[in-house]
Amino acid sequence: MQDDRRQVNYVNTLSQTDWDIIAAIIPEGAQVLDLGCGDCALLGELAARKHVRGRGVDIDGSRLAGGMALGLPVYQGDLDEGLADFADKAYDYVILNQTLQVVKNPQIVIREMMRIGRFGIVGFPNFGYWALRAGIFFGGRAPKSPALPFEWYNTPNIRVLTIRDFRAFCREENLRIVAEYDLIMNKWRRHLPARLCANLLAHIGLFVVTRNGNRVV
Amino acid sequence: MFIERHSVGRVEPRRFVFGSQEDPLVLDSGRAMGPVELVYETYGTPNQDRTNAILICHALSGDAHAAGIHDPHDKRVGWWDNMIGPGKAFDTGRYWVISANVIGGCKGSTGPNATNPATGKPYGSDFPLITIGDMVAAQKHLVDHLGIERLFCVVGGSMGGFQALEWSLRYPENVHSVICIAAGAQLSTQGIAFNAVGRHAITTDPDWQGGHYYDTAGPVRGLASARMVAHITYLSEISLSNKFGRRLQSADRLSYDIHHEFAVESYLNHQGTRFTERFDANSYIYITKAMDYFDIVRTYGPLKEAFAEATARFLVVSYSSDWLFPTAQSKEIVRALIATDRDVSFVDIDSPHGHDAFLIDIDQLTRVTSAFLDGSQRSQPIARRSSAG
Repeated sequence: MQDDRRQVNYVNTLSQTDWDIIAAIIPEGAQVLDLGCGDCALLGELAARKHVRGRGVDIDGSRLAGGMALGLPVYQGDLDEGLADFADKAYDYVILNQTLQVVKNPQIVIREMMRIGRFGIVGFPNFGYWALRAGIFFGGRAPKSPALPFEWYNTPNIRVLTIRDFRAFCREENLRIVAEYDLIMNKWRRHLPARLCANLLAHIGLFVVTRNGNRVV
Repeated sequence: MFIERHSVGRVEPRRFVFGSQEDPLVLDSGRAMGPVELVYETYGTPNQDRTNAILICHALSGDAHAAGIHDPHDKRVGWWDNMIGPGKAFDTGRYWVISANVIGGCKGSTGPNATNPATGKPYGSDFPLITIGDMVAAQKHLVDHLGIERLFCVVGGSMGGFQALEWSLRYPENVHSVICIAAGAQLSTQGIAFNAVGRHAITTDPDWQGGHYYDTAGPVRGLASARMVAHITYLSEISLSNKFGRRLQSADRLSYDIHHEFAVESYLNHQGTRFTERFDANSYIYITKAMDYFDIVRTYGPLKEAFAEATARFLVVSYSSDWLFPTAQSKEIVRALIATDRDVSFVDIDSPHGHDAFLIDIDQLTRVTSAFLDGSQRSQPIARRSSAG
């Protein structure tokens, strides 16, 4: 129970950092599906700021009540089981923010997301961040940081990936990276010099991806 | 009975009669019925323009008495008293809650035990077969009579969920939101099968007498058997096992007696007998038939096309251990609603209590229904209640 709460707080802290950038990416009035939406705080924000038509998906029905109270449609489901109830290309944007690292089948989840949406927004903690590397190199212990406060045996982050891992994954999955934002020293950066050292310096990577062949408007 | 602080307290059932032999309610079967009587209860008070009305639809063996007590000496409260009242999911401080007996039932609304105006005797099996649509059509007359143009919400579990869905399709302009709990877009084959067993138990009981038994005790054994089978379908393997295990009823050694050896046997027997004290066998037949007939696809076409006509916002709730109306059946509705871009929320509540969970596990249900109702006020605000009440 306490671990759950810690996870919720942790994810909230991280994801709120991303709100501004996500709100900047998503166009006015877009159709948005938020996977792992929790209490739909981000969607509520996007509905208020960008007038999106949104729907939230989460495994935790109690937290979804928060979204319902905002008048948002929500769907309780386990991302690892796929999203068969959602039709192909039903959404403009599918968001997977700070959720990729906690799912069992990231490949299924990303494939489903790219089936349902024209664009995917994927944000995750970069385990290639220098301080985490230093922790494992010098301390010889599984990485921990203020943003990743868990022990190896109770961490919800069962998928340990780096920004470079995700770029390679996109190539293998035939996904095109439309934009990459890296959180380096508390600032979102998207230009080449930053991207070159992002794998070492970024806390968080946030990618906008689309299937190769999809027209980018 | 001690009235708890969050109770609606003492309530008075009311009557409403509509239609006549000249101007009858035309049923889905084509037969006509009139006059039609409905017994209903209300909790809370209407606001000035009557936009805060919530219609509660009951399940197979339920009735209009959903909350509060009838008499200060009542030991039992209404069947959904834990959900309806001040500060509860259906907050009577904000909403005007209405609950009516279905036609075909035996709690005052016109049903097989009512007097047939043509003969002066109870209808018995001369009562016309009814559908969920007919029940809803009768409710619509009541809602009109109460001066409600658009219901803020229609809610029901099990057969009540059928009615809520039917409302959204039959009268789309008159429903702002729908909460469908532990139901589906049709009764499953398995559901029809269990209903058939129940009806078989009743109609093969010699005391059924072709359905005209009202001057005798009637088919109480058949009805008890029907209830015993049905009761099992409302529970789950795990809940039965937790509650009774293989415990023996009275001895700690096997008695090798034909009659009740195990605790679960006595329990079912008791449930069966108690049911015959409050329910009419013919009503059981007619209402289970109405459930069997319920099939949105047959009436309104493929689900996606059917729900394209609905304008309400929906909350669909299933329970994880419900095997009479499994989660997959709720999801079928949700999928169609998502495909037609309707405003739909779906929650699958984790519970060991099977189909009956919607009457028992109400914490999570309360959380999601009150949140959904709050959210529904964003698209249709409810004006403050009038002081007149």
